[in-house]
Amino acid sequence: MQEMMKKRAMELLADGTVTRVIGWRRGEFSYDISPAVFEDAAQIERDFVWDAFCGANVSKYLIRESAKGRVLAFLKPCDAFSMNQLLAEHRVKRENVYLIGIPCAGKADIDRIKARGIDGVTGIEEDGEAFVVHTIYGDERVGRADVLAERCLVCKSKRHPVYDELLGEEGEDLPDDARFAGVEKLEAMTAEERFAFWRGELSKCIRCNACRNVCPACTCENCVFDNPDSGISQKAAADPFEENMYHIIRAFHVAGRCTDCGECSRVCPEHIPLHLLNRKFIKDIDELYGTYRAGEDDETKNPLTSFTEGDAEPAVVRKRGRA
Amino acid sequence: MQVNETGAFVPTVVAFCCNWCSYAGADLSGTNRLQYPSNIKIIRVPCSCRVNPMFILRAFQRGADGVILCGCHPGDCHYTTGNYYTRRRMTLLFSMLDYLGIERERTRVEWVSAAEGQKFAETMKSFAAEIAALGPNRRLEDLRCRK
Repeated sequence: MQEMMKKRAMELLADGTVTRVIGWRRGEFSYDISPAVFEDAAQIERDFVWDAFCGANVSKYLIRESAKGRVLAFLKPCDAFSMNQLLAEHRVKRENVYLIGIPCAGKADIDRIKARGIDGVTGIEEDGEAFVVHTIYGDERVGRADVLAERCLVCKSKRHPVYDELLGEEGEDLPDDARFAGVEKLEAMTAEERFAFWRGELSKCIRCNACRNVCPACTCENCVFDNPDSGISQKAAADPFEENMYHIIRAFHVAGRCTDCGECSRVCPEHIPLHLLNRKFIKDIDELYGTYRAGEDDETKNPLTSFTEGDAEPAVVRKRGRA
Repeated sequence: MQVNETGAFVPTVVAFCCNWCSYAGADLSGTNRLQYPSNIKIIRVPCSCRVNPMFILRAFQRGADGVILCGCHPGDCHYTTGNYYTRRRMTLLFSMLDYLGIERERTRVEWVSAAEGQKFAETMKSFAAEIAALGPNRRLEDLRCRK
């Protein structure tokens, strides 16, 4: 797959279809792979990577890159949903991007690999229902389900809602039921337990803003949290209120636009399960306003910028099963 | 935390009222000499839709024990559709607060028209009583703002 992608990228650069390519490049470690912009064939040949550690969603980078000329981007299905949402919001001009859909069988979570006692990782390969992890101590074979990232275990779709061409085969939507299990577990708790759970999680927040910076739905040029008058531009550790405020408002600002790509939880250095906040909004929207999937198409109206006369009253929250 | 002369807790309640219906409703309850608790602090907004979720959190930060948002009845918005958006936003916000373990009784939305002075007074009385029974807001306050 990696060779096919490299070849196609070089062809499109050579014939002038695009001027730059967005893909992934290895960092200091084999599992430390971040999105990168490639400008010529030599760079692609040397640095372009595609393996089970390429979890990063590249769609957000297209906002800035596509303003400089036509860009080629390789999109996993979840990236394609984010991309489609950006196109729907007119953050990216369709004619400035050339999108190649690539199949994805789920990405490995390095923390889960390390938790199994596997250290000195130098690479990873897919082998049917397992991953072969290369380490400095030799190869280790691990079951796919044992090391997949949480978001991949509950993957919502293997289908690309937007692309110019596909490499490999197009997949299908997957059943949604497992995705909300975490949210349902919390909903079943009492308010005291939920409060304790979230205090425990959110108090770890160091306000590094990584979740905001990586989020493909967080695309405001001037973020409310960068406004010194907002009173929450400082490190949240100052007071628990700010941690709550920051995460509630951040989740609220992407409600109805979040494609549940799971990047916020992936980048969180404190491993806060931020996707549980976004999924709560998705679940509520689905239950109250009909199933809606951000990034599905660019015609359906966002549930927060539309309404029906018979919408549920806010009192519905009080009436729900009382804990 | 405020207490009255008998030592009972007196909550601080912030009421966001839309200019066209609920604020006029509050006015009507005043001119009709209907009483409602004096610890209700009314903030006038052009439309209930003006209320950013951050306003509600901010009120809690600065010491509110309960926040109520009043607007025109759905369908009667001065700006035609503002309160329909409010309804969706607040439903989701309240649900999220509940999910984070904040008491769900602390937030409420009521539709009060300009002719419903009686309803305004009754709503405020019942809401203030509910918050008083619930006790001070401890889960969503900013300790630095505590007086």
